[in-house]
Amino acid sequence: MTRQLEIDQVSKRYGDIVALHGITFQVRAGEIFGLVGSNGAGKTTAMRIVLGVLAADAGAVRWDGRAIDLDVRRRIGYMPEERGLYPRMKVAEQLVYLARLHGMSAAEARASVNVWTERLAIAGRRDDDVIKLSLGNQQRVQLASALVHDPEILVLDEPFSGLDPVAVDVMSAVLRDQARAGVPVMFSSHQLDLVERLCDRVGIVRQGRMVAAGTVDELRAGGRDELIVGAPAAPPGWAGGLAGVTVIDQSGGHTRLALAEGADDQAILRAALATGPVHEFTRSRPSLTDLFRDIVGADPADTEGEAA
Amino acid sequence: MTSQNPRQAIGLIASREIVTRLRSKAFRIATGASVLILIGIAVVAKLAGGSPSYLDVGLTPGAVPLTGVVASTAGSIHVDLRTREVDDSAGRGQVRDGKLDALLIGDATSIQVVVKTDLDDGLRSVLQLVAQRAALDQQVRALGGDPARVAAGISAATVTVTPLVPPKKTNSEQLAVGIITSVLIYMALLLNGQAVAQGVVEEKTSRVVEILLATVRPWQLMIGKVLGLGVVGLIQVSVIALAGVAAGVATGSLHLHATAAFSTIAWLIAWFLLGYIAYSLAFAAVASLVSRQEEVAAAVTPVLMLLIVGYVIGISILPANPDSGFVAVLSLIPIFSPTLMPVRLALGVVPAWQAAVSLAGIIAVIPLLLWFSARVYSNAVLRSGARVRLRDAWRAG
Repeated sequence: MTRQLEIDQVSKRYGDIVALHGITFQVRAGEIFGLVGSNGAGKTTAMRIVLGVLAADAGAVRWDGRAIDLDVRRRIGYMPEERGLYPRMKVAEQLVYLARLHGMSAAEARASVNVWTERLAIAGRRDDDVIKLSLGNQQRVQLASALVHDPEILVLDEPFSGLDPVAVDVMSAVLRDQARAGVPVMFSSHQLDLVERLCDRVGIVRQGRMVAAGTVDELRAGGRDELIVGAPAAPPGWAGGLAGVTVIDQSGGHTRLALAEGADDQAILRAALATGPVHEFTRSRPSLTDLFRDIVGADPADTEGEAA
Repeated sequence: MTSQNPRQAIGLIASREIVTRLRSKAFRIATGASVLILIGIAVVAKLAGGSPSYLDVGLTPGAVPLTGVVASTAGSIHVDLRTREVDDSAGRGQVRDGKLDALLIGDATSIQVVVKTDLDDGLRSVLQLVAQRAALDQQVRALGGDPARVAAGISAATVTVTPLVPPKKTNSEQLAVGIITSVLIYMALLLNGQAVAQGVVEEKTSRVVEILLATVRPWQLMIGKVLGLGVVGLIQVSVIALAGVAAGVATGSLHLHATAAFSTIAWLIAWFLLGYIAYSLAFAAVASLVSRQEEVAAAVTPVLMLLIVGYVIGISILPANPDSGFVAVLSLIPIFSPTLMPVRLALGVVPAWQAAVSLAGIIAVIPLLLWFSARVYSNAVLRSGARVRLRDAWRAG
């Protein structure tokens, strides 16, 4: 059986505000799990509880079937939402220090710092104070601090926020490598296209509960399929009579159709051709953003500003 | 990767603090400046205290026979003077120029003094006695007696003094050492205590605390910081105290016995350590309540006030009144003992039982403070944003 990180019925309240309401999900070794949800949904609270930075009111966090203790936590790589490093400490010294706090020997720590600063292209800044680095490079140091102790589990809160496109690619590659090496990788993000591309499984959190979890395809199951037909000569209502087809929108020569299960797309194509030329005939599967909007009922981009 | 015990974690945290602080420019400047100031004080004390203060007295040829009696009388009442023969007009010129403090003219029977503006009080007493002695000798001779025997009889007469209160044992040198001790321990507690407070808030402001607390417990982080900065503070105080004593001995402005010097330094260091542990724990707890450097000053004020009150009481009462019963009582209370007890010890006015009571007091208070501070710190250090109320930090479990 694959080892997995289990978050089991975890609850947390701050005074009158319920942050987590018995949230339950699993991250398997070797998979990338994306946690999405509006701000205040409870993603950060869940991660802080996994790290033991916060104590849960109820529920359990288990790794490989056993409750997580300080020894396991020391083997987690963590990137908090609020980035944190000593501003006036040299990059390499800081990373060595953090690696040693996580239990590495001085020699192991130095070797690992060399590896990760090379990999993340900050080797030239090893002897600079963190505060002297650009924001993007500080983010790379932050990622290095999560990886430097060769963690068994990765928990990253908004690892992509504030990264330039090159750094996003570096980060994505690192996360894939880690997963391939058998590390369960769990991260939260508001960049849903990125989550869709990168994650093996996605969990959607709403008001402290896990409302949907699975592969993106699984989340799509039961959702509707859409078809976009580019037939400029088609009159309004041309597709109205087709079985299992609902017209969502028709404008500028394009018609968006929703297909019920079992609807015959070839019949639609024939009907379209009957109206004149057809320039486009595209099946459009709902994106994670569409799914998210359907499930949560709000566009995550609307609230993203708060997290920045 | 190996698992790690709390001692290793605390050791790592403490070493980071030590390295960072030793590299800090502000720290090096403060230590260097303190050493220089103490050396400066020693040199100034030497120059001020050691310069000779003789009175130069000229005697015209007619007054020269008085030389012996003037010198011996001056010696008997501890007035330092040097005599030399000059002629009248040259002597008056030298008095005018300040090269002579006084010029004796006339003869053995009628003493006359020429001065620039005023006759020095000591010299006035000397000359008064010389004149009286001359008059007395004349009368003794007129009555057919022997002036030498009368003089011997007079000088043999003594007064027996019986003090009802034992005299103060504190001399001016001890007083100086006491004042310097007071300033030094106050500065050391203040600077190092505030370094702890600033370090705690720096970790909160930079949010690095969240990463650290994912791998160490809050109390380990707090103790590591207090220990690390304490080691540096200890080095700092030792260096300053040793440099001060060395400067004092080298310039000759300090004549302390070796054991007295050693015990003063040893007490200073011991009290710095105890005071530092107690105060820095309190500083760490109150600092953990705030999240921004601008708020540190306000947060630490209550603790700072206790430190300042002890210092001000010590520095304003003890020099004039080393035996003050009020200060003695305060110096037994753990809040004030770190700032007052080492000063009283330097002044040499502490009975053994008082030293023991104040030591026992502060040693008993430290575990309580540790318990209190660790709880407040653990509950408050991850709460960023608005200032956390002490009561909330204490209650929230």
